[in-house]
Amino acid sequence: MPSYVNPDKCDGCKALDKTACQYICPNDLMVLDKNTMKAYNQDVSMCWECYNCVKICPNQAIEVRGYADFVPLGASATPMRSTDSIMWTVTFRNGTIKRFKFPIRTTVEGSAVPDGGFKSSADGLDSPALFTEPESLGLPEVFTLGSKEALHG
Amino acid sequence: MADFETVVVDTDLLILGGGMAACGAAVEAAHWAKQNGLKVALVDKAAMDRSGAVAMGLSAINQYVGLRDGTNSVKDYVDYVRNDLMGVTREDLVANIARHVDSTVHLFEKWGLPIWKDAEGKFVHEGRWQLMINGESYKVVVSEAAKNSLLQDEVGQIFERVFIVGPLMDGDRCAGAVGFSLRENKIYIFKAKATLAAMGGAVHVFKPRSSGEGMGRAWYPPWNSGSSAYFTMKAGAEMTCQEVRFIPVRFKDAYGPVGAWFLLFKARATNAMDGNYMVERRAELDNWLPYGRVKPVPANLRNYLGMLDIMEGKGPLSMRTEEAIQKIADNFKDDPKAYKKKMKELESEAWEDFLDMTISQALLWAGTNTQPEEKSSEIAPAEPYFIGSHSGASGAWVSGPEDLQSGESKNEYFWGYANMSTVKGLFCAGDASGASSHKFSSGSHAEGRIAAKAAIKFILDNNSASNMEQEQIDAVIAEILKPLETYETHKDETTDPEVNPNYIRPRMFMFRLQKIMDEYAGGVSSQFMTNKPQLERALELLDFLKEDSKKLAAPNLHELMRCWENIHRMWQAEAHVRTVLFRDETRWPGYYFRADKPKLDEESWHVFANCRYDPATGDWQMRTRPIHRIFA
Repeated sequence: MPSYVNPDKCDGCKALDKTACQYICPNDLMVLDKNTMKAYNQDVSMCWECYNCVKICPNQAIEVRGYADFVPLGASATPMRSTDSIMWTVTFRNGTIKRFKFPIRTTVEGSAVPDGGFKSSADGLDSPALFTEPESLGLPEVFTLGSKEALHG
Repeated sequence: MADFETVVVDTDLLILGGGMAACGAAVEAAHWAKQNGLKVALVDKAAMDRSGAVAMGLSAINQYVGLRDGTNSVKDYVDYVRNDLMGVTREDLVANIARHVDSTVHLFEKWGLPIWKDAEGKFVHEGRWQLMINGESYKVVVSEAAKNSLLQDEVGQIFERVFIVGPLMDGDRCAGAVGFSLRENKIYIFKAKATLAAMGGAVHVFKPRSSGEGMGRAWYPPWNSGSSAYFTMKAGAEMTCQEVRFIPVRFKDAYGPVGAWFLLFKARATNAMDGNYMVERRAELDNWLPYGRVKPVPANLRNYLGMLDIMEGKGPLSMRTEEAIQKIADNFKDDPKAYKKKMKELESEAWEDFLDMTISQALLWAGTNTQPEEKSSEIAPAEPYFIGSHSGASGAWVSGPEDLQSGESKNEYFWGYANMSTVKGLFCAGDASGASSHKFSSGSHAEGRIAAKAAIKFILDNNSASNMEQEQIDAVIAEILKPLETYETHKDETTDPEVNPNYIRPRMFMFRLQKIMDEYAGGVSSQFMTNKPQLERALELLDFLKEDSKKLAAPNLHELMRCWENIHRMWQAEAHVRTVLFRDETRWPGYYFRADKPKLDEESWHVFANCRYDPATGDWQMRTRPIHRIFA
């Protein structure tokens, strides 16, 4: 049952303006049961195991049990995602535990500036230059046929 | 049936989709729209932070040309793509993406994507064109820039959880799109002066290898359901390379990526007898000349050599992870401390490769007590996918840029606006545009930018409001909502809502489509082989399926989306079968094999095979288009 919800931890995101897992699932699978105020995965055979519901859950109430039609039971992969890195705890069927930590971004959340600080193109809509070019290419001009680069690289 | 409110949104540029191509389109469009006083609307069926094919993350950027370093040229990239696709590619489109893609990658870095760097501060390459990244939040970062650009100065609006069903037409011009909300009873009518389709490729058209829970573990995400193909075909756009499906050979079952293993770690793949099919079957490549002798060996031919081993009973194929890691670590064998450190580093890199983009594969390793440094893992060819951005090529036939044409190609490949389909005002990018393979995540973003800029120019040149008859709109709304009505009307006729003689639920409808495609159009269970009578049988069965699509039934909005997703898949399937039938040869033996035409026929078929559905008559037209070189 790819992603599953621990009923003891899920509070239906009562205090939030939206149910986090339902908001994020790319395949529209996570649903809040309004009677129990618990979330569930409504179609486990369409789950990609992308872990986005696991990562976003404010209560760590969601886990993944590998596809039972080809993954032996007993393993888990548990993420803890912060603003700049992610920690993974991978537990093997035989009990071996491995921990990994990887960076996820180099800037402050929300701070992405569309032009990345590159100068806007001085040319208009008829030019092949995109709005940050040529500066964002790191070249003096945009390649076109007849450019020196065309044949010589 | 519940009442539906109709919401009409008037905009100038409508961007359909929220993935890499759509995010590129948003960033570029916002700039030019603001400058020209235009509006932009973007519609995503999910939440932009985690939608599209990069929703989980990626462990590499697969297209970076590195023009500023001078090591590769635009022409080098074009040569690589053309050869990989057995000579069938639009050089103008590939070159256009290649000249801009670095610019997009440099933006990703500024926005916050961690790209690996070496001691000198240069990007770490996985292969000639690939960069290693810490890509868990790749999509989050890219969508953040897209959202920030659209929401600045009220240039744009973003609609999440709105599923686009199909196009709205004003005569021969695309005038927008229609869809519905997945959260409330609302139909959305988007009226636009230009529409940019970027709704991804198609998964689950063919039966997947796994049939239980693991069905969801497709290599490409299951929410990519052929919406781009349906949208462009229904608008009457000419389509190209609909036969060029993609079969990825990946770690078996969980479909973990193999790029890092083959390119970075230089691992071998071997068969059950420890033989290396790339070596032992080298002579087979001569049957596919001139492409059999190019370097690197085209993806489909590499597939094919492995498939030949499997067909001869020499499976399973294995990725020799233990051998590759040992070989790298052996460089440090005289220094125990450095050796230990290197082993640790390699282990972490191997696991990150999966944890960034295919967590299931890490779970499969853990569930089978597999440590890659100790034990090899099986690889296998997956089921076929439709993905114009990878080593497949299916998509709409679009105009190239004016300045990257030869005298000959210009007549055939340029009609006014880069990336505009043959339908006025309908632009395509990413998996929606065809014959421009190997754009991957970064190139799709760059192509979205190219298409958006051209679309803004189109709007300024054709700045008239669309004129749609209310009758057209009312008819489309009724058609969209019909599955809800069908369910309501018939649900009480039986005691089990799953089984009813008067309707079909979307899940069984999908299984029927997949069975047809798997058995008659060269899926996994027919070892990717087909022939003319089988394809004709597929068309016959697809006709019944098309008729039954009118009886799809849905009890709620979620299943209403599933109904339409599967109709979209069905259209992708039909275009595929018709084109495989039309191309009277076998050109990509590792993607599909026409057993009745088992050879490459360079003389007659070194051409594009295109098709077009005529919305006025309901007929399909097939035609070839010439292949022109621009760097010759």
